[in-house]
Amino acid sequence: MSATVTERAGGGARGVVGTRMLRREDPALLSGEAQFVHDLSVPGALHLSVVRSPHAHARVLEVDLSAARECPGVVAAFSGRDLLGEWAAPMPCAWPVTADMQTPTHYPVALDEACYVGDAVAVVLAESAAQAQDAAASVSVSYEVLPAAVDLADAASDRVLAHDASETNRAYIWELAPDAAAVERAFAEAAVTVSERYVQQRLIPAAMEPRGVCVVPQPFGGDFTVYSSTQIPHILRTMLGITAGVPEGRLRVVAPSVGGGFGSKLNVYAEELLCLALARRMRRPVRWTEERSEAAQATIQGRGQIQQIELAADAEGHVQAVRVHLVADMGAYLQLVTPGIPILGAFLYHGVYDVPAYSFTCTGVFTNKTPTDAYRGAGRPEATYAIERAMDALARRIGVDPAEVRRRNFIAKDKFPYASSGGLLFDSGDYDAALAGALELADYEGLRAEQAQRRAQGSAKLLGIGLSSYVEMCGLAPSRVLASLNYAAGGWEAATVRMLPTGKVQVVSGSSPHGQGHETSWSMIVADKLGVSPEDVDVLHSDTAVSPFGLDTYGSRSLSVGGTAIAMAADRVVDKARLLAAHRLEVAPEDLDLEAGTFSVRGTPSRAVALGELAFAAFTAHDLPDGMEPNLEAQATYDPENFTFPFGTHVAVVEIDSDTGRVDLVRYVAVDDCGNQVNPLIVEGQVHGGIAQGVAQAMWEEAAYDEAGNILTTSFADYLVPAASELPSFTLGHTVTPSPSNPLGVKGIGEAGTIASTPAVVNAVVDALAHLGVHSMEMPVTPERVWRAVDAARRTPTGGTS
Amino acid sequence: MKVTVTVNGRAETHDVETRTLLVYFLREACGLTGTNVGCDTTSCGACTVLLNGESVKSCTVLAAQADGQEVTTIEGLAKPDGTFHPVQQAFHEHHALQCGYCTPGMVMAITSLLKEHPNPTEAEVREGLEGNLCRCTGYHNIVKAALAAAGSTELVS
Repeated sequence: MSATVTERAGGGARGVVGTRMLRREDPALLSGEAQFVHDLSVPGALHLSVVRSPHAHARVLEVDLSAARECPGVVAAFSGRDLLGEWAAPMPCAWPVTADMQTPTHYPVALDEACYVGDAVAVVLAESAAQAQDAAASVSVSYEVLPAAVDLADAASDRVLAHDASETNRAYIWELAPDAAAVERAFAEAAVTVSERYVQQRLIPAAMEPRGVCVVPQPFGGDFTVYSSTQIPHILRTMLGITAGVPEGRLRVVAPSVGGGFGSKLNVYAEELLCLALARRMRRPVRWTEERSEAAQATIQGRGQIQQIELAADAEGHVQAVRVHLVADMGAYLQLVTPGIPILGAFLYHGVYDVPAYSFTCTGVFTNKTPTDAYRGAGRPEATYAIERAMDALARRIGVDPAEVRRRNFIAKDKFPYASSGGLLFDSGDYDAALAGALELADYEGLRAEQAQRRAQGSAKLLGIGLSSYVEMCGLAPSRVLASLNYAAGGWEAATVRMLPTGKVQVVSGSSPHGQGHETSWSMIVADKLGVSPEDVDVLHSDTAVSPFGLDTYGSRSLSVGGTAIAMAADRVVDKARLLAAHRLEVAPEDLDLEAGTFSVRGTPSRAVALGELAFAAFTAHDLPDGMEPNLEAQATYDPENFTFPFGTHVAVVEIDSDTGRVDLVRYVAVDDCGNQVNPLIVEGQVHGGIAQGVAQAMWEEAAYDEAGNILTTSFADYLVPAASELPSFTLGHTVTPSPSNPLGVKGIGEAGTIASTPAVVNAVVDALAHLGVHSMEMPVTPERVWRAVDAARRTPTGGTS
Repeated sequence: MKVTVTVNGRAETHDVETRTLLVYFLREACGLTGTNVGCDTTSCGACTVLLNGESVKSCTVLAAQADGQEVTTIEGLAKPDGTFHPVQQAFHEHHALQCGYCTPGMVMAITSLLKEHPNPTEAEVREGLEGNLCRCTGYHNIVKAALAAAGSTELVS
C-alpha cells in the first residue's frame, strides 16, 4: 500500500497528521476480500425469515403456522406469543427525554396488536434463506384491521390512536425556554417578524449494505458470538444482554466490514434479538439478511417533523429572538434513541446567529409507521434547515441580500467561547471567514449578475443561488450533559495503545467505523505521537472481545472523543517509555528528546535508544526501573467537557426550467471548518458524501405513505437515492479554527455536509422563483411541485404563495 | 441443474436450483463473496460483474443463462501477483470508496464503461454510472477515479 504526502491542513509541524495519506482500508474492499456479515460462512446456520404485518394498525387475532411448518427445510416457526418467554425485557429505548414520556411496550415480534406495516408478527427458521422465505409466505395471520394514525398533523390531534390501549398519541412534550419572558418581549417589540412552517419529510437511510445478523452459539459454556452490521457493537452487547436475559460477559459482538450506516445501524433491532434468542433456543447458528424492500419497513427512518419557526428582528434584520414549535414523528414505537433525535437539534435553531432570546418546544407523536431514529445529522439538519430557510425569508422581508442578513447576525469571531441563549458554550468559530470563502469560490457576485441578466431577458432557464451557514454540536458527548438530558449512557470513549515486543504498535479503539477510515486516521495520530511509521501501527476495533469498552460511532464523535482517547493513551506509552529510556541511558527523563521514534539525550544525540528497543526491553523485563511493570501499554478513557462546534457556509446553484419545473443542481460550493484535519483526503470524502445526502433530501427522497399507512417507496426504483448522473462535482474549501475542547483541536466532519446542503438547495430553488412571487417550497422539490408553484404564481396577479 | 461457468478463468461446475441467480451462484456456489447484493430490483448495481467482458447486474441474470460463458468478478480483476487493475488503483489513489459495499460493482461497471469509451468526459462517466448507486462518496471521487483510470495506459488489458 502506498502513502502520499502532498498537503497539510492543520495538525503538527511534522509527521503524517494533516497529510492526504491513502487509506489502509482500501485494499481489502477493492479486492473483494472484505467480509460483510452476509459474506461470513457459518456451517449449519438456520435462516430467519420475518412475517410482517401488511396493515398499519391491526389486532392480531390468530397466527396459523401449521402450513409453514410443513414446508420443505423448515425447522421451526413461532408467533409473538410463542417467543414471549425469551425476553427479559421489552425492546430498549435508552432516551426517556421526559419523566412522563409514554413508551409503548415493544417486543421483537408483536403479540396482539401490529402497529405499522412491517411490524413482525411471526418468524420462520429454515435450512436455507429461500426455504425460509417460501415458508413465511405460508404463514396465515388473521387480523382485525384498526384505524391507523398516518398523517403526522392528524396523529397529533389524537383523532385516531396509534396504539389501541393508549389515551393519546403524544409521547412527550419537551421544552427549552431559559427566558420565556425575554422571547415574548422580543416579539412584542420586533419591527419585523417572520413565521414559517416547514415539513421535514421522512427519509430512508439506505446504507448500501442492508442490515444483517448472524448469531453463533458456542457448543460449550453458553456463550454467543453476535455478528451484526451495526455501528454500535458495545451498546448492542449491553442491550442484547438486558433484553434477551443473557449475562453480558457471555456475549461477544462483532461488527465486521459494515457497508454504511448513517445512523440507521445505531440501533437495537428486533432481528438482532431474534437471531440471539433463536440461536439460544435452537442451539444452532441463526442468521438473517435484510432485503432492500424489507428495509423500507424494518429499518428506522430519519427526519419526520413539522416545524414552526418564528423570528423577531429589528428593522435592519438583527434577529432578537427565535421561537420554535416542533411536532416530531416517532413512528409506532420508540427505538433506541427515537425520542432524543429532535432534542439533538433543540439547541441549534438559532444557528450561527447571535440571538439573545430563544425558546423551543417539541411534541413527540406516535404514528402507525416505521419508527424514526438517528439519520445522518440527527436533529441538527432539521434545525439548520428551519433557521436557514427562515433567514432567507427575513432577507426577502427587509430587502437585503441573503449573505448580508447572515453577516449582520453572525456570532462575532471575538465572542468565542460563546454562551448561547439555548444554553450551550460554542467552542470556537469564524463564521464570516467561511461565508466570505464560500462566496468567493462560488463567484457570488458573478452569479447574481448572471441571474439578473437572465431575469431581464425573460429566460426560461431560471438561476437560483442558495446559501446555508451552519453550526453543529457534535463530538457526542460530555457524559454529564447527557445525564442532564436523561440519556441512559455516557459519552466517553476508550482506547488502548500497546507496543509489541517487535516494536510494532497496536491501537484498540472503542469507536466502530463503517466507511470513515478510522484505521487510517488512528494510525496517523499514533504514528506521530510515537515517531513511528503508520505502517507499523495496526488498529483493532468493532469486536467487544478485543475492545471491551467503547461507545461506538455516531454523532461525529469518533475523532474528537475516540481520537483524543487514543492520543492520550499514546502519550502515556511515551511517558512510560521515557522513564525506561532514562533508566537505560542513566539520565533524568526530562533530559530526553523523542524524535522519529528515538529518545536521545539533549545535547548528546549519540546517546540514544529507539522506542522499538525499549518495547523489547519492557517485554523481557530483564532490566526495568524499580517498580515499573513490564510491557509498554496504556489505556485511556476520555470524557469530553464540551461538544465541538464545526461550522461553514455552503452555496448551491440551481437551474430551473420554468416550463417543466425541472431542477438541476449545476454547481455546489462548500467551505467547512472542522478544526484541525487529521487527513484532508478523508475529510473531503465525508463532505462529498454528506452533501449528496442532504441534496437528496432537498430534491428527490421521501419515504412516502398512502392514507392507509402502506409505504410506497420500497425499492430504489421508487425511493430516489441519487446516481452520479444527477449530481455535479463539488467545489470544496476549508478554514481551520481549532477546537479548544480537545487536545487535538479537532471538531468532526461526518455530518456537516448533510446538515448544510438541504437548506442551501431549497433556498436556491426559492431564490430562482422569488421574483415570480414564489416564497414557499416543500421538499423534495419535485418538478411537479416547482411547476405548480410557478403556475400558481403566474395566475396570481400580485404573485406570492406564502 | 448443472451449470458450468468460467469464473475468473476457472471452470466452475455446480448443481443449483433452476431459479438460482448468477450472483448467488458466484457467492454461494463459488464462494466468491466480493460481489455484493444491495437491492432486489436491479437498481443499485452492487452486484455488477462482467459477462463475456460486458457489465451485467448479476442479480438479474440466472446462473443458467451464464452456462458455458465467462464471468469476471472483482476477485479476478487484479493481476495474479495482486497488482491492482488500473481502475482499482485509481479508486485507491482518489479515495473513491468509503464503506466499500458498492465498490466491487462500481469498479466492474467502470472497467466495462472504459472499454466502450476509452476517453470519456465527466458527463459520459456520470451517465455511464447511472445504474450504480453509492451512498458514501457523493460520486465526486468515483468520477475522478474513473477519469484518472481512463488516462491510464495500462487500461486495455
